Amino acid sequence: MTAPANVTFRIRRFDPATQQEPTWEDFTLPYTAGMTVLDGLRKIKETASPSLAWRSSCRMGVCGSCGMFINGHPRLACNTQVTELGTELVTVAPLPNFDIIRDLVPELRPMFDAHAALMPHIIREDTAEMQEPTGEYFQSPHELEQFLQFTYCIKCGCCMAACPTVATDPAYSGPMPLAQSHRYNADSRDGGFASRKRVLATEQGPWKCHYAGECSQACPKGVDPARAIQLMKRQLVFDYLKLYKQPCPSKVVAKVTTITRRPDVPEAPAKTI
Amino acid sequence: MRDQRLWTWHLLAGLVILVFLGLHMGIMHLDVLLGIFNPKDPHPVAWANVVERAKLGFFTVSYIVLLGAALFHGLYGLRNILFELGLGAAAKKGLNVTLTVGGLVLFVFGSWAAWAAGALAKTL
Repeated sequence: MTAPANVTFRIRRFDPATQQEPTWEDFTLPYTAGMTVLDGLRKIKETASPSLAWRSSCRMGVCGSCGMFINGHPRLACNTQVTELGTELVTVAPLPNFDIIRDLVPELRPMFDAHAALMPHIIREDTAEMQEPTGEYFQSPHELEQFLQFTYCIKCGCCMAACPTVATDPAYSGPMPLAQSHRYNADSRDGGFASRKRVLATEQGPWKCHYAGECSQACPKGVDPARAIQLMKRQLVFDYLKLYKQPCPSKVVAKVTTITRRPDVPEAPAKTI
Repeated sequence: MRDQRLWTWHLLAGLVILVFLGLHMGIMHLDVLLGIFNPKDPHPVAWANVVERAKLGFFTVSYIVLLGAALFHGLYGLRNILFELGLGAAAKKGLNVTLTVGGLVLFVFGSWAAWAAGALAKTL
């Protein structure tokens, strides 16, 4: 699309303290080169509506704060160029499937509660080694590949907003928590499958996923939560049939100290903290 | 652990249905060519063939296994669909009880019908 002269932002406004129902408000701005939806919101706040509320932080698609429902799709406002939407009318609403705190600010607490319940961290018995490492947990490149793509998740909530099951079933944990649970189940350094299974084997687990695949379509970081959920289902079915045996968490190996730096590679900068 | 167990049985029931559906297709649509299960008449649903099959214990067992698998698979799927309507805990429990009791009643009745058909066929 060629750059328009003006862009109209149709923004859903809602203040639960004063309103019963959300309303839509239009703001027309002159287009500037490289304008993102977040740039537009900032301009509106500076020039037209100081009370407009949203979350944002990094402005570069890393922090996951600015997930919004833009022209009918969950996207990151900072990562969405106005021209890529192909229209002069940009509708912006808060992410669906979440309660609204105000304007474009969704209540993400249920998502993070579900995330925490699925223990998204390395679980091992050698806690002393984890607290005071004497070496490194061995992991081959192949083992890393099993979960690497799921580590790119920034917890923006776009997948949760796109999921038709999250929309209808409050007991379902949703794609982000489940994918992050699988990320640790698939990590060769982890030994926490049995602990996570206590939650995953219940109604909160992956069973209600229809494999619509909308979560993977919506993810701004290219993560494939739908794949993680299907892999998790397979793992849990095999576990029920006694066909799955979690491998022992990887062993501690001594830190490599014998490697010498190539002469053309400069030293890393000194630590600042 | 209940959902893990139910889902696994849902998959296994699907596999059972697939196998018996293959058997059904073979008997009803290919056996005109093969003639194994339809010895009395070229047409698979001819009365004489139906009676002949009903006399075999293999078919009685097959009917009962297929009935059980289809009932479990279908009712579990229905349960999942209905759960997505946002039911409360009491409604979910009531639905579980209704579907379990309904499924068991249908299974018992269907199993009796399969067994009775076999017993009757042996008298003919």
